[in-house]
Amino acid sequence: MTLDPRLLRRWVILLLLTVGALISILPFYWMVVAATHSNDELFHSPPPFVPGGHFISNIKALEHSIGFSRVMLNSVGIAVVYTLASGLISAMAGYGLAKYRFRGRGLLLGLVLTTMMVPFQVLLVPLFQMMSNLGWVNSYQAVIVPFLANSFGIFLMRQAFLDFPDELIESARIDGSGDIRTFYRIVLPVVKPQLGALAIFTFMSQWNAFLWPLLMLDSQDKYTAPVALYTLVGGTHVDYSGLILGSFLATLPLMLIFLIFQKQFVSGLLGGAVKE
Amino acid sequence: MATATAAPQRRRSPTEPATKWGVPHFRIVHWAFAGPAAALFVFFFAYPLGASLYQSFTSDDGGVQTWAGLAQYRRMLHDPVFWKSLWNTGLLLVFQVPLMIGLALVLACVLNQSWLRFKGTWRIAFFLPSVTMLVAYAVVFRVLLKTDGGMVNQALGWFGVSPVDWLNNPVWARVALIGTITWRWTGYNAVILLAGLQAIPKEQYEAAAIDGAGAVTTFRKVVIPQLRPVILFCSITSTIGTLQLFDENFVLTKGGPDNATMTPVLYLYKVGFDQMDFSYASAIAWAVVLIIGVLSVIQFRFFGQSDRAASTARSERRRG
Repeated sequence: MTLDPRLLRRWVILLLLTVGALISILPFYWMVVAATHSNDELFHSPPPFVPGGHFISNIKALEHSIGFSRVMLNSVGIAVVYTLASGLISAMAGYGLAKYRFRGRGLLLGLVLTTMMVPFQVLLVPLFQMMSNLGWVNSYQAVIVPFLANSFGIFLMRQAFLDFPDELIESARIDGSGDIRTFYRIVLPVVKPQLGALAIFTFMSQWNAFLWPLLMLDSQDKYTAPVALYTLVGGTHVDYSGLILGSFLATLPLMLIFLIFQKQFVSGLLGGAVKE
Repeated sequence: MATATAAPQRRRSPTEPATKWGVPHFRIVHWAFAGPAAALFVFFFAYPLGASLYQSFTSDDGGVQTWAGLAQYRRMLHDPVFWKSLWNTGLLLVFQVPLMIGLALVLACVLNQSWLRFKGTWRIAFFLPSVTMLVAYAVVFRVLLKTDGGMVNQALGWFGVSPVDWLNNPVWARVALIGTITWRWTGYNAVILLAGLQAIPKEQYEAAAIDGAGAVTTFRKVVIPQLRPVILFCSITSTIGTLQLFDENFVLTKGGPDNATMTPVLYLYKVGFDQMDFSYASAIAWAVVLIIGVLSVIQFRFFGQSDRAASTARSERRRG
């Protein structure tokens, strides 16, 4: 019996693919396992491979140590408010830049493009000083407001509106609809898919944000999930299963969003990458 | 001079009536749309950007800022930690980025094979790491890489490998950082490259097959040239990401041991907010800006020209 070499090659590729996928996914499985074991069980030899029975007690410990539910609520609140506000501002600015010609338009477009090219760390020091002067340190608005004008979002929305037919806007105007009303009633509903993709992206980026919230927030009741998780690593006695449990719970929303909105996600991702 | 019937002099969007009240006018509604963003940009981008540049030319002694010219930049030139952070970044750019883009390219090609089934599932499996929370995955890897009892060392133990001191040895800490970043971002780049692969017209493969090209030749002569813009996109975003690296090494190693995983942004954070030396931190920030700018231009030149050559070749072929 001889083996078709092409078939053999396929099996080798499949095997390598499986190994790669396992490496890719294993840490997630390990998160689930670790989150349900006590600290002692975790570093036993051999280590546990199946979920254990300490999930509830680990959650209680985590809640006790960093007020985890409060932290998650902060993260959700900040991410939602940021997503809605910056989405609206992006859509408005994108529309203004795509459909009107006015003095200062070129300058604004230039600012949008510059922000995309300048790394945000340059702003770290002066923004920190501004926030201190405004008395905003350790407040939610300090995390949200400075980055509300999101250049990626404005750029994305402008592209979307450029494709929107002018005739429709024109006819709405002839029918007596004001500019603002036209925008909310006629234009905005059409770009819902792009708005959705943008919302997913901004939510995820805000959910992930670490450096700026770390600088701004300094009391536990204001912490976002990444900041709280980081404070857990820093201590001398580290509660590893709590740490993993927290990481798992903090990652869960992102994974759910990704699994639900895969299509929008990938199309948004490719917005800047692939050109026909 | 202007009459009601005169044709408009410049091109305009139809949403802008030339005359609503019979005369050209300044319409405020533009700013109702663009105003909030413009105000935010001026207040939270343009102003701080200028302030940061100014600050990089000052020195603050006891909270009083005095003009210091290039003093901070000169200090940077003689600062071994700063150079080490650049060296570490360079190592990542030379080893991690090509490794990751190469792996992603191979992965994308495999996922593009017509015989492969359950493509969606494979794609999700490889993409999932990039949607984990940044800090969370760094935290998880820190536990996985623990020297005593960490999963990675235990697994190595089954093969008779003695425990590796991942996070406390300068060489292994770098390896750990490379592994961690590669784990998170390979699938992400693969998905982008896959989309680029799918945009290549089928006829090109067929033409190559008719000309008798094997898999390797097809890959070199068809796939790589066609994919060049996407590869450029992936390498530029990865380069910028590497130059801005903070979360991963901050959580994994805090830049240690012996600054082996220090990056410019982490150093800027330490100088600015641990030592409260805002002037020096600003200078470091501008050095990062400069480096990102220069590297982006170089990459553009490098890939851009060959891309233009490829597209000219393509259009000539089409004409011929």
